[in-house]
Amino acid sequence: MPIARPTSLDDAVAVLADDPAADVLAGGTDAMVEISFDHRRPRHVLALRRIDELRQVTTTSLGVRIGAMVTYGQIERDHATLLPGLAMASRTVGSPQIRNAGTIGGNLGTASPAGDALPWLLAMDAEVELASVRGTRRLPVAAFVTGPKRTARADDELIVAVHVPAMEGPQHTAKLGPRNAMVISVACTAVVLDTAARQVRIGMGAVGPTPLRAPDAEAAAAEAIDWDALRADGTAIAAFGQACAAAASPIDDHRSTAEYRRHAVGVLASRSLTRCLAA
Amino acid sequence: MTTTTCGPSSTAATGSAPAVTGSAPAVTGSAPVAPPGTRERTQRRVRDGLGTSADRPDGTPKVTGAFAFSSDLHDQRMLWGRTLRSPHAHARIVSIDTSAAAAMPGVVAVLLAEDVPGKATFGLEHTDQPVLARDVVRYEGEAVAIVAAEHPETALRAIRAIEVTYEPLPLLTDPAEAATTDPIHPDGNVFRTLPLRHGDVDATGDVVVEGTYEVGMQDQAFLGPESALALPSDDGGVELFISTQWLHVDRDQVAACLALPADQVHLTLGGVGGAFGAREDVSLQVHVCLLALATGRPVKMLYSRAESFLGHVHRHPARMRYRHHARRDGTLVKVEAEILLDGGAYASSSTAVLANAVCFAAGPYRVEAARIDGQVVRTNNPPCGAMRGFGVVQVCFAHEAQMDRLAAALDMDPVELRLHNALKPGDAIITGQRLTGTAPVREVIEAAMAHPLPPDPREDEPAIALPGGAGLTARREDVRRGTGIAVSIKNLMYSEGFDDYSTARVRLETSPDGEPFATVHSACAEVGQGFVTLAQQITRTALGIERVVLHAADTGVGSAGSTSASRQTWMSGGAVQLACDTVHHGLLERARGVLGVPDEPLVLEPGRVVDPATGAEVAIAQLLRAGPLEATEEHHHAPTSTLDADGQGDAHVSFAFAAHRATVDVDPDLGLVRVLQIATGQDVGRALNPRAVIGQIEGGIAQGVGLAVMEEILVEDGLVRNPSFTDYLIPTALDMPSVAATLIEQPEPGAPFGAKGVGEPPTISSTPAVVAAIRDATGKALTRVPVRAQDIAFGEAGAIPPTAGSTSAG
Amino acid sequence: MTDHDATPDLTGPDLSESYALSINGRDREVADAWLGESLLYVLRERLGLPGSKNACEQGECGSCSVMMDGLLVNSCCVLAADAVDADVRTVEGLAPDGTLTDVQQAFLDAGAVQCGFCIPGLIVSVHDLLDRAPQPDELEVREAISGNLCRCTGYGRILQAVQDVAAARTAADAQEDRP
Repeated sequence: MPIARPTSLDDAVAVLADDPAADVLAGGTDAMVEISFDHRRPRHVLALRRIDELRQVTTTSLGVRIGAMVTYGQIERDHATLLPGLAMASRTVGSPQIRNAGTIGGNLGTASPAGDALPWLLAMDAEVELASVRGTRRLPVAAFVTGPKRTARADDELIVAVHVPAMEGPQHTAKLGPRNAMVISVACTAVVLDTAARQVRIGMGAVGPTPLRAPDAEAAAAEAIDWDALRADGTAIAAFGQACAAAASPIDDHRSTAEYRRHAVGVLASRSLTRCLAA
Repeated sequence: MTTTTCGPSSTAATGSAPAVTGSAPAVTGSAPVAPPGTRERTQRRVRDGLGTSADRPDGTPKVTGAFAFSSDLHDQRMLWGRTLRSPHAHARIVSIDTSAAAAMPGVVAVLLAEDVPGKATFGLEHTDQPVLARDVVRYEGEAVAIVAAEHPETALRAIRAIEVTYEPLPLLTDPAEAATTDPIHPDGNVFRTLPLRHGDVDATGDVVVEGTYEVGMQDQAFLGPESALALPSDDGGVELFISTQWLHVDRDQVAACLALPADQVHLTLGGVGGAFGAREDVSLQVHVCLLALATGRPVKMLYSRAESFLGHVHRHPARMRYRHHARRDGTLVKVEAEILLDGGAYASSSTAVLANAVCFAAGPYRVEAARIDGQVVRTNNPPCGAMRGFGVVQVCFAHEAQMDRLAAALDMDPVELRLHNALKPGDAIITGQRLTGTAPVREVIEAAMAHPLPPDPREDEPAIALPGGAGLTARREDVRRGTGIAVSIKNLMYSEGFDDYSTARVRLETSPDGEPFATVHSACAEVGQGFVTLAQQITRTALGIERVVLHAADTGVGSAGSTSASRQTWMSGGAVQLACDTVHHGLLERARGVLGVPDEPLVLEPGRVVDPATGAEVAIAQLLRAGPLEATEEHHHAPTSTLDADGQGDAHVSFAFAAHRATVDVDPDLGLVRVLQIATGQDVGRALNPRAVIGQIEGGIAQGVGLAVMEEILVEDGLVRNPSFTDYLIPTALDMPSVAATLIEQPEPGAPFGAKGVGEPPTISSTPAVVAAIRDATGKALTRVPVRAQDIAFGEAGAIPPTAGSTSAG
Repeated sequence: MTDHDATPDLTGPDLSESYALSINGRDREVADAWLGESLLYVLRERLGLPGSKNACEQGECGSCSVMMDGLLVNSCCVLAADAVDADVRTVEGLAPDGTLTDVQQAFLDAGAVQCGFCIPGLIVSVHDLLDRAPQPDELEVREAISGNLCRCTGYGRILQAVQDVAAARTAADAQEDRP
């Protein structure tokens, strides 16, 4: 059977157990481009579109579980209050057409260094839920994304959801590219303030082989912020940007230069933090 | 010479012209333009004639999806063609093994250079490009082999299965080294060297400014990829349905390469999804016909987007060094420039592009002396050729930056400086050619400046309206605003003595219901610009009838020349007019017989011919009972001369002018730009279809904005790094500014209907205007386009950098 | 030319997929297809519906926009064999033969059509926008069509057409509401 169209997760993981080399098809926005450009020749497709349980966003006391087949469009339209940073990031993804098709699970599975949802998921300490006939497991995003377009997913595993812990506090994401819409990120940031834990966390995209955190910058900023007033002075905010830039490890490629990316991610980090504090 | 008004927004330049932005084009409702030949005779308006915003005849099928673009063509028996392209920018082909590909099920033909039966090379001006590479490849993407297969995926796998052994050769990628490097082609590495010496070339000015400028490689990036359907015909020839800009020049090249007589190669225009210069050269034309003849079956070829980027020519990248001399009062004394264009691996139209760059190196200004040295060379970079603006885009970016530097050095307003030096009728350009036609340079500048600036930023501006758009990178306080102006001159039609012409056939007859209708047969390539609409408008007005049918554009009628150089309104519009005139004379002749007035001057009115002396009339339908009237006419423009050894001569037919004022918001820290508004004044002669003119202006500006801030084919060691719409970025609706346009209507003497071509000027000066505005906002020098984010964020300061010798004490 | 990981496959693609799609309310059979075919390819080359255009085949231009289960998507990014049991609506299904929708008519009236290659995709996108947001402001329109590249028009007349339809629909609604 060259294409499997299961309607349940159990059936889906069974397909992968039988054929771990099957091409997993989520929203199609990456996979179909690979096929069109002859970078991938599908032999056996596992299509996930019909599995309702992968399309749900559910909340628990611990946080939010986002099904792998939830699209950017769904997040943007239906979950902006629940997931404000992810909604902001979702709005920057491709075009309206892409956002109606592209999925959070697909973004994780592709694991592009420029993946638009990844910095926020990283900043939120989200965990990826993987399932196979052998059972399920959860991995922090930082452990899941192991390199550019490389993940810790075993061949017979399916990304089924990502778990985002409940968190109080402002969030802001910013994505920079050379066009005002429909563009691949040259640098992006997701800043979240955990006001309960009094922590600052940043995820940075397109400035390293994987999305990056900036632990030193986060710690210094947490120290500098007046958490009761939710304020910080300009020097601290600028220092945060500089420390984030220092934590980046960008490269030169046809989309930009390492020097510019490092600079830009620092500016974005400062601005995102400023906006969180102003919010 | 007067500025003619034609509707509410085409006021004389000094008035407060209403913008056409955000509303239906405000230039509708204008009086119809009577073509010179019929001005006295056609007394009453015919509906949807010249001067009205008549509807496109292809509009309805284009909005329903029924319009057949060349990529939509289908035949039950057709095969799919595909091209194997060189992965190297310069290499010797050691061996090619096609056996595995040929043996693949579903593969019907695999062809190589040795299978080309006729001429082995093609080219627009010099036939220096192999149909298929035989021994050497000179650029990445050069065609090496072609296959035909039952399914496109089979064709793709077949080309992957062809084994080619290459031996890489040394790369020539720096155009500055081309002239002194060993030839990479038997024809040598220099396509053309063109010096221009005008006036006292040793003159100096009180104030001298200089600068070096660079223009990156822009791509036409039309939406409809190259595609065609070829069918073997019964006589051993071939029938080709193709999206192109010039059917006959394709026909001649295909026939030569196939070793067929021209009359066995019949081309019909397939629907064209944009062109902008990229369809002037042969791409897949010969290949798809070769495959059809080799297989005896219809063959369809359709480039992928990546292939399209590699398979057509681009805009020439340019390096330019300029020095402007002026008197203290701002009068230009001398312009010196060295212009180096990178033509890439094959000649295409490089020699003509260089001529334009050199002739218009000083811009639309009076200048007493000029010393210009231009050269266009061969490299192992992608071949470059025609793109909207054709050599003038490059120099306009440089000369307009120079004018701003000069204004700063003189402490003069940049607009004042331009007005002070603006060409006017009777002046000469630096080729020594006098402007015998209209030259409303002052008017276009004043019209652009007269438009209100966009409103000041609001505090509650949504972040998506700021630079960075949906990425939410900027806050209002991160953004600075700037404005800039630029002005351009562009030649219309072909230059340097080329006998340019177009052919049209018009047939007037009655339909079975007794109504007269005309059929227009022209080979003019409709690429979106609206010639099909114009041909109907001309015919309606000239013949006083409403029903005008367009015969398919094909090689069954004489050449219409290329849809390029802003020439089809003038050339093919003129041809249709001439053919209509002949038919018109025939009608009047018949009417004189019917009315029995052999010597009376009769008048053609809508639907009838009238004798004004007696009021007697006869219906056109009645006159056609004697049979149809048909005429085929060629329209040639006034002859031009070549350029002499000093680049002097009356090499051009006519000139069009435009001015653009750009307003931008810039985020200087991140280097992001949002272009808010382009205000423009454009010299159009007469607006024959005002709505279509506005479409050309807005669309041309979009391409100028693209070159200013995002569009560039990135080439590294001869390899294209971004052959995709993911990485070759063109403006989206969120990048396009609002446009406020004023049409300056001064009928051009000698032009059919007084109309000038309008397609190119909007692309030319919009780019430097945007960059000037970014300089204004940031204080950065920005001597290269496209302006990249890092150029703004890290670039050297100096809207007017104090380069060596810039401000001498005189 | 392009880097590709796929190794030469000397047998060619397997043309053995058969399935049914629902296009514009009609069931359409697809037989002997290659598994990797996109919905765009199948619409254009197998089902005689070339209105959806093939400009980039990588989800970067919107020319192939269709509605799939009520959502605007790029049909080049949909695996045709996975569109089984989805409700697909293409530009050909917007208006009965011989008629135009208000959006199509407004594009003509505003002068939004030049080469026209991007237009079918834009028409589908604009219908989707106006169904969701009947009175969009200019920025909303620009954002909504930012996934549809146009190379000819600079979008000016397209934006005009959208505003014209929104105004006309609002006026028509007001007329209906009048007692």
